[in-house]
Amino acid sequence: MVKLNIDGRMIEVAEGTTILNASRMLNIEIPTLCNHPKLTPFGGCRLCLVEVKGVPRPLTSCTTPVSEGMEVTTSTPALEDLRKTVLELILSDHPNDCMICEKAGDCTLQELAYFYGISPYNPPLLKGDKGGFLGERRIYEKRDGNPFIERNMEKCILCGRCVKVCDEIQGVGAIDFAYRGFKSKICPPFERDLDCEFCGQCVAVCPTGALTGKMWQLRGRQKDIKEVDTTCAYCGTGCNITLHVRKNEVVRVTAKEDKWNEGWLCVKGRFGYTFINSPDRLKKPLIRIAPKHIADFGFRISDLNSEVRNQQSAIFKEVSWDEALDYISAKLKEIKEKHGPDSIAGLSSARCTTEENYLFQKFMRAAVGTNNVDHCARL
Amino acid sequence: MSSVKIMVCMGPGGIASGGAEVISAFESELRQANVSADIHKGCSLHKVGCFGLCSKDVLVDLIIDGAKTTYQSVKPEMVRRIVSEHIIGNLPVAEWTADENYHNFYKKQVKVVLSDCGRIDYENIDSYISEGGYKAAEKVFAGMTPEAVTAEIKNSGLRGRGGAGFPTGVKWEACRKTAAGQKYIICNADEGDPGAFMDRAVIEGNPHAVIEGMLIGSYAIGASRGYVYIRAEYPLAVERLKYAIKDAHERGFLGSNIFGSKLKFDIQLKLGAGAFVCGEETALIASIEGQRGMPRPKPPYPVFQGLWGKPTVINNVETLANIPYIIKKGSAWYSSYGTEKSKGTKVFALTGKVKNTGLIEVPMGITLREIIYDIGGGIEGGKALKAVQTGGPSGGCIPANMVDINVDYESLARVGSIVGSGGMIVLDEDNCMVNMAQYFLQFTQSESCGKCVPCRIGTKRLLEILSRITKGKGRDGDIELLEKLSRDIKSASLCGLGQTAPNPVLSTIKYFRNEYEAHLKGKCPAAVCKELLTYYILEEFCKGCGACLRACPSKAITGEKKKLHKIDPAVCVKCGACFDVCKFKAVKKE
Ligand SMILES: Cc1cc2nc3c(=O)[nH]c(=O)nc-3n(C[C@H](O)[C@H](O)[C@H](O)COP(=O)(O)O)c2cc1C
Ligand code: SF4
Ligand code: SF4
Ligand code: SF4
Ligand code: FES
Repeated sequence: MVKLNIDGRMIEVAEGTTILNASRMLNIEIPTLCNHPKLTPFGGCRLCLVEVKGVPRPLTSCTTPVSEGMEVTTSTPALEDLRKTVLELILSDHPNDCMICEKAGDCTLQELAYFYGISPYNPPLLKGDKGGFLGERRIYEKRDGNPFIERNMEKCILCGRCVKVCDEIQGVGAIDFAYRGFKSKICPPFERDLDCEFCGQCVAVCPTGALTGKMWQLRGRQKDIKEVDTTCAYCGTGCNITLHVRKNEVVRVTAKEDKWNEGWLCVKGRFGYTFINSPDRLKKPLIRIAPKHIADFGFRISDLNSEVRNQQSAIFKEVSWDEALDYISAKLKEIKEKHGPDSIAGLSSARCTTEENYLFQKFMRAAVGTNNVDHCARL
Repeated sequence: MSSVKIMVCMGPGGIASGGAEVISAFESELRQANVSADIHKGCSLHKVGCFGLCSKDVLVDLIIDGAKTTYQSVKPEMVRRIVSEHIIGNLPVAEWTADENYHNFYKKQVKVVLSDCGRIDYENIDSYISEGGYKAAEKVFAGMTPEAVTAEIKNSGLRGRGGAGFPTGVKWEACRKTAAGQKYIICNADEGDPGAFMDRAVIEGNPHAVIEGMLIGSYAIGASRGYVYIRAEYPLAVERLKYAIKDAHERGFLGSNIFGSKLKFDIQLKLGAGAFVCGEETALIASIEGQRGMPRPKPPYPVFQGLWGKPTVINNVETLANIPYIIKKGSAWYSSYGTEKSKGTKVFALTGKVKNTGLIEVPMGITLREIIYDIGGGIEGGKALKAVQTGGPSGGCIPANMVDINVDYESLARVGSIVGSGGMIVLDEDNCMVNMAQYFLQFTQSESCGKCVPCRIGTKRLLEILSRITKGKGRDGDIELLEKLSRDIKSASLCGLGQTAPNPVLSTIKYFRNEYEAHLKGKCPAAVCKELLTYYILEEFCKGCGACLRACPSKAITGEKKKLHKIDPAVCVKCGACFDVCKFKAVKKE
């Protein structure tokens, strides 16, 4: 353990703790943009600078580990002044179009600009002047034909979080920094279109409106959203997800950092929610009533237009779960009696939980009486 | 029977001036002249590294029976006479031998790290060994403890020549004391400062000194592997170093059981792709590891957590090349040069408006005046000295009235400049200080790694403000804005690049604020900034010869023969062609 003093208060923390995390334990607020609790420290935005006694220049609290007897000051007029300059510089290279930005209301940059009272057009540094820092801005050629991730890279502040999450959490490394100087940017190799797993982890960690979901566009501000916590049904991993619901419609899915999946999701959990309100979605069990060959259309029922689809009733009958299960059980019994239990096989799914898979093999062995049971994940 | 040694400079300046052609000229002339057998036996032709006075390249030393004659500005067509008159006829070609100026250039220099440069054949390990090469390493491996080696380096007072001037012995000791299974020593040969070429000259002229320095360092800190991070734009240095490493391997100076010990040491080259920031040690480590070369905050320092997370010493080429000489001659000898806190000698790349430009090695503490006037031979063309820019894009300028300042780490820092890697640009009355600051900012801005906001965007804004000032579009308060933003960038940036990038701006404002103010009023006092210039013809000097009229690419000049010519400012594109061509100095720019 290491003892140190932050803003006049003593605290004891584990060795290796950063000054930023130690301060947060004391509920001392230090502004940050590039830091993310789950990613390795970066030290790029320079907002979290603090003064440490005996060190001639300010240090980034997000990267500096504590040491015994350290005396830290997190806010002085000089530090606040530096933070303001940094924010002014960021905004001098930013579209500043919060009114039409998907991220407004939920944007770290917007919030910091608000609390520091910074307008890009009149930085406090230059009272009365006509925007001293306004200058050239980065312009990007838009290259994102992908269906999931909307990239407005002129809003990118190069905090590096997306690069890190893609590398450190997802292990993909689809994006990185490119070029140098003012022209530095984040992009896929050779500045091509994004072509990756589309897990959207980068979207989840982006503190600005640079990365958002394509499907989220113009679907409502965060203040109009009702958040519903639930579990993702796509696979047995069982990630905790939060549905963002507006007017009884899911418009976005996120995940919370304090849940066991730590805020991370895959492409299905994050972007695969449109089935919920799809007219093709099956909500009740169906039992086939027409003989099999009639169904052999050679195409999928969902491909039919709605008029024909209504004729579904000629092929399938909607039933209750009880009826459906009774039907299955009767059929299984019939086959078992006629052909023996080994004429039946069961294939389970990775989308089921471990418990469900356990029950399924138990059912096959004890109730049906066969060892013919397998699992799709084995393929 | 006489012995003849011909040493031709194949340093950066030598090659650029045609050293290779001079060598082939010697080869063919010697063959053709059929130099008689007894002379020929003892006649050898050597390629050697930088002599120093690059502005007089190709330099050739002719050593006949131990007596040295230097020829300057040698061209291939001059070789025939040198061979026939001097080598055969034993009569030096007096009009081509080095003049007094050449000898004055060396008078105040003290050569340590460059002592063998230009004297030994860089392609020949025996040439290095015959001058005492690898003796220092042998001494270390045979009878010194690692503690004794670090103590010796500490006592010598040697400080890192890569820019920051950190005491080398202290660095080595910290690394030696850090326990780890694997440690590394890295030679930083990235040399990205515009105008600096001392590391290149050392590697090209005496590659074994760098290898020997690394070998001694590896022994002192306990590293079995070394890297040389060298920029790919130095193909010759790379080639010569590769060759030298191979030779050192063959002689058993590298590899296993070095000098009969159980120790092993290997050196691997890593080519940098030419990013200035990759010279910064943490970015350099990232680059060797295969990452993008971006600095990371320190601590932890590389001596504790460096390459692949292991304790690592990173030293500059010049630092390492000093090591063998210090071990050989002793720390007391080395520290007898220099000042109290800046010991030994330092190599500078002297350029700009001095008569003699090239590489110089001087004892620390020498005055700037001695460098400019005694070594540099004074300002060219009888103009007035205005300032000296030291330390390249991270440094600052020293105005002419401070020319008696001692050149050492402390004194330069006191006036707002740095020794840095040793760039030294002499500026005269024709240099515009705002323009110069803008030039360096242009460099640092485009070389910023982009990681942190103050450097990436801040230097861009500095550059924009500077360029509007030099275009005559500066605003009231711009000077104060430059100062404020510069200070903020310096204190908020992550690495040395951002922390020093505003130095040229701050120091030019400090000493030449009047020039900034003049620009805000629409005048460039040195008549450099194009947008602020007007060209006109002085009636009393114009002879009406029409040379300017013919030279002007935009037909801005009118006038009849033998009558006064005129420039139409609306058409003039300010290229300066008329100014250059007028023999009567009738064209003025202001
Ligand atoms: C932007 C930047 C560029 C640098 N470039 C070089 C370089 O080209 N060569 C070098 O030796 N040191 C360079 N340095 C300094 C190195 O970080 C490091 O301090 C040095 O290599 C240590 O060696 P020394 O102690 O022998 O000087 C650079 C530093 C910065 C901040
Ligand atoms: S990213 Fe944030 S600050 Fe930028 S326009 Fe969007 S809401 Fe505003
Ligand atoms: S896209 Fe977002 S997360 Fe990525 S660097 Fe830019 S601002 Fe940061
Ligand atoms: S100061 Fe400049 S070069 Fe250094 S880390 Fe920051 S952006 Fe990169
Ligand atoms: S949060 Fe520390 S530098 Fe960005």
